[in-house]
Amino acid sequence: MATDAGAIPAAAHSAAPPHPLVEFWRYFRQNKGALAGLGVIIFLGLVAIFADVLAPHPPAEQFRDALLRPPVWQDGGTWRFVLGTDDIGRDILSRLTHGARVSMAVGVFVIALGLLVGVVLGLTAGFFSGPVDIAIMRAMDTLLAMPALLLAIVVVAILGPGLFNAMLAVSVVVLPGFARLTRAAVLTELSKDYVTAARMTGARLPRLMFITVLPNCLAPLIVQATLGFSTAILDTAALGFLGLGAQPPTPEWGTMLSDALQFIQRAWWVVTLPGAAILLTVLAFNLMGDGLRDALDPKLKR
Amino acid sequence: MLRFLLTRLTLIVPTFLGVTLLTFAMIRLIPGDPILLIFGERNVEESVYNQMKADLGLDKPILVQYAYYLGDLAHGKFGTSIITRTPVLSEFLSLFPATVELSLTAITLAVLIGLPAGIIAAVRRNSVFDHTVMGASLTGYSMPIFWWGLLLILLFSVTLGWTPVSGRMAVKYFVEPVTGFVLLDAAMAGEWGAFRSALQHLILPAAALGTIPLAVIARMTRSSMLEVLNEDYIRTARAKGLPPWRVVGLHALRNALIPVITVIGLQVGALLSGAILTETIFSWPGIGKWLIESIRRRDYPVVQGGVLLAASIVMLVNLTVDVMYGLINPRIRKGR
Amino acid sequence: MALLEIKNLSVAFATHGGEVRAVEGVDLTVDEGQVLGIVGESGSGKSVSSLAVMGLVAANGRVTADRMSFAGHDLMKLGPRQRRGITGRDVAMIFQEPMTSLNPCFTVGFQLTEGLRTHLGGSRQELRRRAVELLDQVGIPDPDTRLGAFPHQLSGGMCQRVMIAMAIACNPRLLIADEPTTALDVTIQRQILELLLDLQRKRGMALILITHNMGVVAETAHRVAVMYAGQVVEERPAAELFRHPRHPYTAALLEALPERSAGQRRLPAIPGMVPGLGDRPEGCLFNPRCGRVRDVCRAARPPLLPTDGGAVRCLLPLGAA
Repeated sequence: MATDAGAIPAAAHSAAPPHPLVEFWRYFRQNKGALAGLGVIIFLGLVAIFADVLAPHPPAEQFRDALLRPPVWQDGGTWRFVLGTDDIGRDILSRLTHGARVSMAVGVFVIALGLLVGVVLGLTAGFFSGPVDIAIMRAMDTLLAMPALLLAIVVVAILGPGLFNAMLAVSVVVLPGFARLTRAAVLTELSKDYVTAARMTGARLPRLMFITVLPNCLAPLIVQATLGFSTAILDTAALGFLGLGAQPPTPEWGTMLSDALQFIQRAWWVVTLPGAAILLTVLAFNLMGDGLRDALDPKLKR
Repeated sequence: MLRFLLTRLTLIVPTFLGVTLLTFAMIRLIPGDPILLIFGERNVEESVYNQMKADLGLDKPILVQYAYYLGDLAHGKFGTSIITRTPVLSEFLSLFPATVELSLTAITLAVLIGLPAGIIAAVRRNSVFDHTVMGASLTGYSMPIFWWGLLLILLFSVTLGWTPVSGRMAVKYFVEPVTGFVLLDAAMAGEWGAFRSALQHLILPAAALGTIPLAVIARMTRSSMLEVLNEDYIRTARAKGLPPWRVVGLHALRNALIPVITVIGLQVGALLSGAILTETIFSWPGIGKWLIESIRRRDYPVVQGGVLLAASIVMLVNLTVDVMYGLINPRIRKGR
Repeated sequence: MALLEIKNLSVAFATHGGEVRAVEGVDLTVDEGQVLGIVGESGSGKSVSSLAVMGLVAANGRVTADRMSFAGHDLMKLGPRQRRGITGRDVAMIFQEPMTSLNPCFTVGFQLTEGLRTHLGGSRQELRRRAVELLDQVGIPDPDTRLGAFPHQLSGGMCQRVMIAMAIACNPRLLIADEPTTALDVTIQRQILELLLDLQRKRGMALILITHNMGVVAETAHRVAVMYAGQVVEERPAAELFRHPRHPYTAALLEALPERSAGQRRLPAIPGMVPGLGDRPEGCLFNPRCGRVRDVCRAARPPLLPTDGGAVRCLLPLGAA
């Protein structure tokens, strides 16, 4: 309220309204959780990029003299393996570091593919009403009606286990969300005057779809994509855990967990650490997604 | 009301057909000969092979094959396991109660904790309690439950030794399955030792499985309550001089519950996804574990039939929730 | 003795930018069986003042008063339980939006008997009989079947009648009607107003009628309080206030009435805007918009000064030479 009162003379002085990105940042900045999420994501991104430099050892190298070595702060720990080693003597810190690369790549790939296919399907359904629309949306309904992991399992059953196939499977899981969102946004936008104006000036359909309408549907898609990152990472890790995703010795966090299952009674660190990495990553993306939604959703703006 | 029911039913039919199409396509898309996939990868004599091909209609056009598949489903034929040679449906039915028992306990825990937590958080907005509930709920929402289950085992089974690690009941007990719900069966047989053991086995997996629904329910209840508490009719209720528990617990809650119930209903799908993971961790003999083992054994008819059955049940439950939503929302019940 | 007596009532709300005062130094008195009209533009603090009387100010609001008493009870000193014993029983209130003021999840009968059950008790049959009686009194046809209806099945006018029935259920001594007709169709407005006044006369209850419509007040109220930006600026018997307004704002409101300005080509309007909660001017709150403003008006908030039959918050009142 007091800021409002102060804003009136200020607005009168500055002629141009702030750039939308500046305004967005102003809202986003107020959300401490979202900022923390962004921080963690940037950190993980850097770790993923510089994994080779940061990791003290190659992720698959086995130190036969150091099996199930505990982290450095426990009895028997050594600075050589800061977070300990697993049952065949691989350095956990190095595997976690490379795991960040895998997880980030998974997120980027899954979201890129899901977004691409989903947006094209959603745009098509939105622009061509009638049988095309119905066919696409019923197919999306079917995918949405299946429990996510069940659907992913069907896809993996068809394609066979493996990290790449698991990513494809999870893309299929996140795709209908994007398609629905795009279609809904397109339908709202299509009724607006600027689209009619563009049509009257003779814009061709692809231009109308991708240049005129799509940019105006971006806000919800960005939010959904950020939240989808967490789904992608979580579900791919779950598939890895079930033995249907990344196969050993890939340093994928979910796969690391499933390898560690039998050592749960003896070596807590092989179980705890990969899961904590998953939780931290997923939490960061959820926090940032929530913050983005609050900052981008005009309905919630005061 | 009838029209409402009918529209919902007509919406679910194409979705169901879509799922059958998916499972039908699955066997045909998997690399390899469908007959060998369906009957196991053993050497089959030429004549037997052709006989099978004719029996299955695999020599017919693909659309006819799909029609045959639908016909089989209509007669309750969901295929036969390659490994055990038992019908998929009977295997499913014998394992399903275990999953239901686990899921019902999980969702009950989630509602019993999540609902009050959400309500109190909304009433005491911005209090320490509110911030704690919201923080915990976001963490729970982001939780990889396959890891969370392991942590629970690590703490309660390994370190504290309070609960067993896996299974539904200690081996020394046996209870005649009547309902398939071990807790119920043990109670009905008066086997209290078995009941205790079953409860001990159940509590940890249920807690793991209930975590995400708990987080979702708490969040949803809070935001729904916050919205409702600002409504004019809440002011009216307070203007009548009603005690606060009645304003919050009756006037506000009744309205706030409508979206919450939908969300609880939507958790059924997530619950099944979660059950696949939880059952695998806790060796819980339900359909989730069964499906994963079948995939590992390449028992494709089981995967095909099991996925279809599981997905159908999820869709049916969602439909029921939709109808219930209509029942508690008078605007839909009386309106059209 | 006055039924309701308020001295120096203030309501402040805590917001992100600090505390803002929605109501400031309001004095009001209502006698048994009297109709008090409170007039003012939206945001003038009419509703907030009445919510303060009901004890319904939102949790972030702070209510202070030198005195706020109802029928001998000091409302500022009562505990929440005793306060609720008065709210809804002896003081009742109806609101602007009848459609959203009824709970969509419960039947009319349930909501109608709820207050009765809480305050007076009674068997199921008694409550039902009483509810039918009440619906009949507020002019709802076929009350027996209406008891089972949900609010969304009723029209706005019907909903407001139900709200009135709920409000008068426990025979309150004071009814506060906050813009009871604003949200309704013009044809229904008069019916509802007449119903309210009829009930007031028959039951001898006091009525506070809050409105932004001077015309409504002119025909109905014994006394009128005019509010502006959270303050009472003039409070006098209705007839005198309408004949000789003392405050320039009252005068401006009266001039803006269509029936008073008949024959003129344009309706006169008051220049400027009501000040917001955060930017109250120095001195008299009305001074930026007042045609008679002098330097003294900008120096300090004028107090409420006694005048013929009431009070006015103006240093240079009209008609005082």
